[in-house]
Amino acid sequence: MTGISYQAKRINLKEKVFKKTLTLSAITVVVILIAIFFTLLINSMPSIKALGTNFFYDKTWDPVADEYGALPFLVGTLLTSFLALLISTPFSIAVAIFLGEYYKKGIVAEIFKNVIDLLAGIPSVIYGFWGLFVLVPIVRAIEMKLGLPPYGVGIFTSSIILAIMILPFSVSLSRQVISMVPAHLKEAAYSLGATRFEVITKIIIPYTKSGLFAGLLLALGRALGETMAVTMLIGNTHEIPTGIFSPGNTMASVIANEFSEATGKIYTSALVEMGLFLFVVATIINILGKQVIKRFTLS
Amino acid sequence: MMKFKKIILPIMVISFGLLSCGGGNSNNPVANKNEILGAGATFPYPFYSKVFDVYNKEKGIKVNYQSIGSGGGIKQLQNKTVDFGASDAPMSDDELSKSPASILHIPSCLGAVIITYNLPGNPTLKFTPEVLADIFLGKIKKWNDAKITAINPEVKLPDLSISVVHRSDGSGTTYIFSDYLSKVNAEWNAKPGKGKSLDWPVGLGAKGNEGVSGLVKQTPGSIGYIELVYALQNKMPAASLKNKSGNFIEASLKSSSAAAAVDLPADMRVSLTNTEAPDGYPICSFTYLLVYQNQSYNNRTEASAKTTISLINYVIHDGQKYAEQLGYAPLPDAAVKKAEEILKSVTFNTKPLM
Repeated sequence: MTGISYQAKRINLKEKVFKKTLTLSAITVVVILIAIFFTLLINSMPSIKALGTNFFYDKTWDPVADEYGALPFLVGTLLTSFLALLISTPFSIAVAIFLGEYYKKGIVAEIFKNVIDLLAGIPSVIYGFWGLFVLVPIVRAIEMKLGLPPYGVGIFTSSIILAIMILPFSVSLSRQVISMVPAHLKEAAYSLGATRFEVITKIIIPYTKSGLFAGLLLALGRALGETMAVTMLIGNTHEIPTGIFSPGNTMASVIANEFSEATGKIYTSALVEMGLFLFVVATIINILGKQVIKRFTLS
Repeated sequence: MMKFKKIILPIMVISFGLLSCGGGNSNNPVANKNEILGAGATFPYPFYSKVFDVYNKEKGIKVNYQSIGSGGGIKQLQNKTVDFGASDAPMSDDELSKSPASILHIPSCLGAVIITYNLPGNPTLKFTPEVLADIFLGKIKKWNDAKITAINPEVKLPDLSISVVHRSDGSGTTYIFSDYLSKVNAEWNAKPGKGKSLDWPVGLGAKGNEGVSGLVKQTPGSIGYIELVYALQNKMPAASLKNKSGNFIEASLKSSSAAAAVDLPADMRVSLTNTEAPDGYPICSFTYLLVYQNQSYNNRTEASAKTTISLINYVIHDGQKYAEQLGYAPLPDAAVKKAEEILKSVTFNTKPLM
């Protein structure tokens, strides 16, 4: 008898410890996220106090004169991210339809899925290198033809690289929602004499549009924060870009470039404030995306 | 019980590991007197790592040097988490006054910044300070501008736009270069001025020496500034610059060392750019090792203080012979002598260590 109760106790203890461990790990993740937010907030206080709202609309970023305006980087970040989204959207929807409707199963589908997942796994510095050695000369040739300064690097080049980098994120979600379209809807359309193209444009896309939108939002969140590849290709100037071929800079890239050698309280703090802002924007976009997905799966 | 061990034990080990990392700051940086910890400038890293490696083989003392950048090195020294710091630029009076105790600068070698460019045939160009400043201010826009052709009559320059390339990351190289331009050009001095990151009037930014030289190599008509070491390793063209005495000087290890042939102040915090030395290349600078004058802090033992000082003494004497083969300009004798005097002023409480 004692042996059995001893064993039962042991099992009980094991269960408890296991559950505690899981809870602790889960809480740790949340605590880390909140801690990151507060660390950023506290460290950006000196800059928030000193610069106020000027930080968001001042056009000059001059560490020598201790003047910090993030507007050029804000514009650069939004411009590259949305341009990347614009370039990648047709491709990501096409690939998602291809994999979600035409080749759902089989060897072709598996190969394509793996290749796209692989795209997400390539380190961003490698995208940067590829961009520098392959894309930049091509863009430079285009710029020479158009009579623009032959920089090769700039907003346009970074947007193309970003478009490739964010493709897997929107494809994987879009593919899932497209394969979730109920079969009876499609069959009903076919029985009425609709062609496959009509089924895709009239049934699948309208039915999945909020899911597709959520996929794009998540991809946008990824584009906003991408650092290394963009730093290598954007040209890193402190001015507001005047066109898509001009060089610019993004918030993430400025932080990566300048933080390690930043001295002075306001300078460091202004860089942290930029990080805080990026954190908030990325979080909002992610929450929005999740919210849209939730609504989609409920209905 | 097996599961308990499998799950809990690793977690405990990891969390203790994390705890000890976090707690490291308040501890004595040198737990073991056979290991010295340093952090700072990336520019002299290849030189330091060679010298420290030889030192380890000769004396059995390991030096752990983290090349995290000059700013980081200064911060770490101020927080007393390292035995010595390293910086390309001397600390400013402001930075020194904010430090907890008196910090000494010991020069370890010299670095130079060269002007490189990408032109058909890559001819050797000459620049005067005025022309150089005007190019980087964006006032001279074409390679065949009269101001450039006037000083380079033997070179046929193309009708090509100038693309300026500068560092995008905060760096000591930018500091030295902008320090020079601030000295020779009043307009530059007013804006953008000197610093590790600037508000550049024109041009593209690229990360690191490799980024700048990569972009210059790719872009026809571009001009940029990089460290001499890097240019030597990559066989990049380098311009001759007109120095204060009016001589056009080619960038080399010899002309860099020659730049230090001036009256050096006792604390060695000196800017060598636009040097008075007639044979000196005008964009040069010492790179420094930084230590506290009083080595008795944070429960340091006298032995570890002594080890730190003898290491630095080794760098400025025996270590100098490794400088040249790695592309760094060795200290001239006068500078070694001054550095020695500074090391002699280091104490452990009141007791001198050398």
